[in-house]
Amino acid sequence: MKRQHIDKGVQSGFLLVALFSITALSLIMVFLFMEGLPILEHVNIKEFIFGKYWYPTDDPADFGILALIAGSVCVTLLSGLMAIPLGIMTAVYLAEIASPRVAEIVKPIVELMASLPSVVIGFFGMVVVAPFIQKLFNIPVGLNMFNASLMLAFMSIPTICSLSEDAIFSVPRALKEASFALGATHFETIVKVIIPASLSGICTAVILGLSRALGETMVVLMAAGGAAMMPTSIFDPVRPLPASIAAEMAEAPFRSEHYHALFAIGIVLFVFTFIFNLIADYISYKFRQVGEASL
Amino acid sequence: MNKYTELFISIIFLLTVSSTVFAGELVIKGSTTVLPIAQKAAEAYMAEHPDVKISLSGGGSGNGIKAIIDGTANIGNASRFIKQKEVNLAGTKGVYPVPFRIALDAIVPVVNKNNAVTDVTLTQLKDIYLGKIKDWKEVSGTPGKIVVISRDSSSGTFGVWKDLVMKKERVIPSALTVPSNGGIVQAVANTPGAIGYVGLGYLSDGIKAVKVDGIAGSEESTLNGSFPISRGLFMFTKGWPTGDIMGFLSFILSKKGQDLVKEAGSIPLF
Amino acid sequence: MKKHRLWAQKVFFLSFKTAACLNGAALLLILYFMVSRGWRAISWDFLTQSPKDSMTAGGILPCIVGTTSLCLMTLMVALPIGVCSAVYLNEYARQGTLVRIIRLGINNLAGVPSIVFGLFGLAFFCIVLKMGVSIAAGGLTLGIMTLPVIIGASEEALKAVPNTYREASFAMGATKWQTIKKVVLPAAFPGIITGSILGLSRAAGETAPIMYTGAVFFTPDLPGSILDEVMALPYHIYVLATAGTNIEATRHLQYGTALVLILLVFGMNLAAIILRSKMRKKLRI
Repeated sequence: MKRQHIDKGVQSGFLLVALFSITALSLIMVFLFMEGLPILEHVNIKEFIFGKYWYPTDDPADFGILALIAGSVCVTLLSGLMAIPLGIMTAVYLAEIASPRVAEIVKPIVELMASLPSVVIGFFGMVVVAPFIQKLFNIPVGLNMFNASLMLAFMSIPTICSLSEDAIFSVPRALKEASFALGATHFETIVKVIIPASLSGICTAVILGLSRALGETMVVLMAAGGAAMMPTSIFDPVRPLPASIAAEMAEAPFRSEHYHALFAIGIVLFVFTFIFNLIADYISYKFRQVGEASL
Repeated sequence: MNKYTELFISIIFLLTVSSTVFAGELVIKGSTTVLPIAQKAAEAYMAEHPDVKISLSGGGSGNGIKAIIDGTANIGNASRFIKQKEVNLAGTKGVYPVPFRIALDAIVPVVNKNNAVTDVTLTQLKDIYLGKIKDWKEVSGTPGKIVVISRDSSSGTFGVWKDLVMKKERVIPSALTVPSNGGIVQAVANTPGAIGYVGLGYLSDGIKAVKVDGIAGSEESTLNGSFPISRGLFMFTKGWPTGDIMGFLSFILSKKGQDLVKEAGSIPLF
Repeated sequence: MKKHRLWAQKVFFLSFKTAACLNGAALLLILYFMVSRGWRAISWDFLTQSPKDSMTAGGILPCIVGTTSLCLMTLMVALPIGVCSAVYLNEYARQGTLVRIIRLGINNLAGVPSIVFGLFGLAFFCIVLKMGVSIAAGGLTLGIMTLPVIIGASEEALKAVPNTYREASFAMGATKWQTIKKVVLPAAFPGIITGSILGLSRAAGETAPIMYTGAVFFTPDLPGSILDEVMALPYHIYVLATAGTNIEATRHLQYGTALVLILLVFGMNLAAIILRSKMRKKLRI
């Protein structure tokens, strides 16, 4: 009897702790909004999101983050252009083509890629890649959108690759065998059967990879150039949202307009990634592989 | 043993005055321009007073003054004087910030060392940073796109640049921004078409200082007031300093301290 | 016809292989630059001394100590909460709305950008809880950030414990809690440790969350309490590379510090990978 009481108590204890993640997430939201919303006393939402000029310390100041959003979006998309094909192809290679022994070697490499600290990648982009592409393309500055995208692609490939690989791996064997039995080559099986069957997982992987690129700070802080302008070419310097926060937070006086504006940028960033994650979650929940009948 | 260690030891021997023994912690925050001075002084001061622990962080002038008002730092570095807004804020919190001018500094426009331009006018500088002048040939240089490099908007150096060069007008959005003087040096050194501005102490090999209205930025032209872009560097304390804070400030304002100011590349007061 | 199809297969497989190789090549390239330019900077003095002469000489001991203490703080926060959450999700919870919400929370927490954690840490730990810039504030921020990784790894470890273990324990008359405490957790322990090491290695390399919560530009003394601010390896690299007083002259120190950080992180990863593959072999038998 007493043991069962203890058991109940322990269970509620565990539940309480398990709720911590939700609590933390809510606290993050509460504080972002608490510190970010006061900026709306100075500008309205439309001016904030669609304003073209970011001059937070002028008197009067301008708090328009359109150029920063454009910077973030462009950098993320360009990095996706590089990372999505590479990530998925690597995943297919690992799951379908490589022999187990080769896969045993390649997988840790992908994991090590994921573990390389972002500041090191940013540093590499700044001191090695920037002078290199400056000479290679004969452009005025090496710290630009292209450089940052390249480094971000490197960071999102492991996410895209390992999640896609899981998805491909979980495609039922019977599907593959049926395809072979119909006379399809291995490649045709991959393209026409395996990839469509794992498409929801691959989509989730891509979304999470892009979400990681969007939220990454150090790389865009060090390699993107930091100009708050609307980019017109891939060799323009940009100032993505996280870079703005990181560069200016230290110098923004506590609870000044600038401070609130930076938290508001944090809200925008949070909302972006939150939506990305919800979509990814929805896709993986809705289209999860249930048996072999789900095709 | 390198020369700095020797210097520290000689300082220890030369100074017979041993300060009040207050095992204390000094927190210094603020302008990156003052940082090299604060760092040199902190190293020397700690060598002299092993019981004092000094921690330093950057963060810009606004942050330095703010830290004093909030009480999160003992000394706030600033590369500009306190603003009326900040004085008012301090007043509402019952804090009386005390300024100490510890050095002078000139902000010098710099270009890549291979750039042929040696002299610009203040108006040309402004037009370059406004984006009206886009090519080096417009300021009698070799044709090529001008890459404008500026500082983050809340840095004190930027503030002075904005007051004295831009006359409160806005730097073009396409200007690259870097977080520090050192960052500008590096960016200008690596970018053939770049122009930037740094404190006098940061002039180094890869970059070339440009004369403004025919006057080169130097210790002399700053002290006699002929160089147009100069300023004082300050340390602020909350109320009149005591103990180690006073000790540290007196150290910087001593002959030894001012030598370190010079070593850090700024202009000593005397 | 068949020949053509096989030929296409060959070409495409080759391109897949190239893609995989490209990743490896990129990683090797980065490592090559870090090692070839950084190894000369690393010496015993570099690892055991404080920075000197405005951080243009001397070592990085305070950064190593700072990063280690931040990691320990992170571990102290994330490990107990992470393991308990995983136990609840895997051992107690039944599929339902509550679990779905908790999972959604964890997934979204994993997706929050690192700089947003930094903002949160600054507003909550540093200012509201009055911790200031300290190991405590930085470690708590990193801890929350690492939590999803540790929960995920612990859950996987718990799932790998065969159900027969639990059934055997129940058959002996043990309650659920006794079973978890005496049977399930010990069996899952190595897996949990592996996951925690991976999570920690990520925390060790993060810069954005500690920029305003735990790390400072320069403080040569080692931390004395968890309310002290510290220097940290990743932040030190950033500072030296962008805000140092003489950036070109300290290049070797930047590469050296980066190399130390890489070695630390890779060492942790390698340990985890080896531990895991050993465990897998053990489970197979």
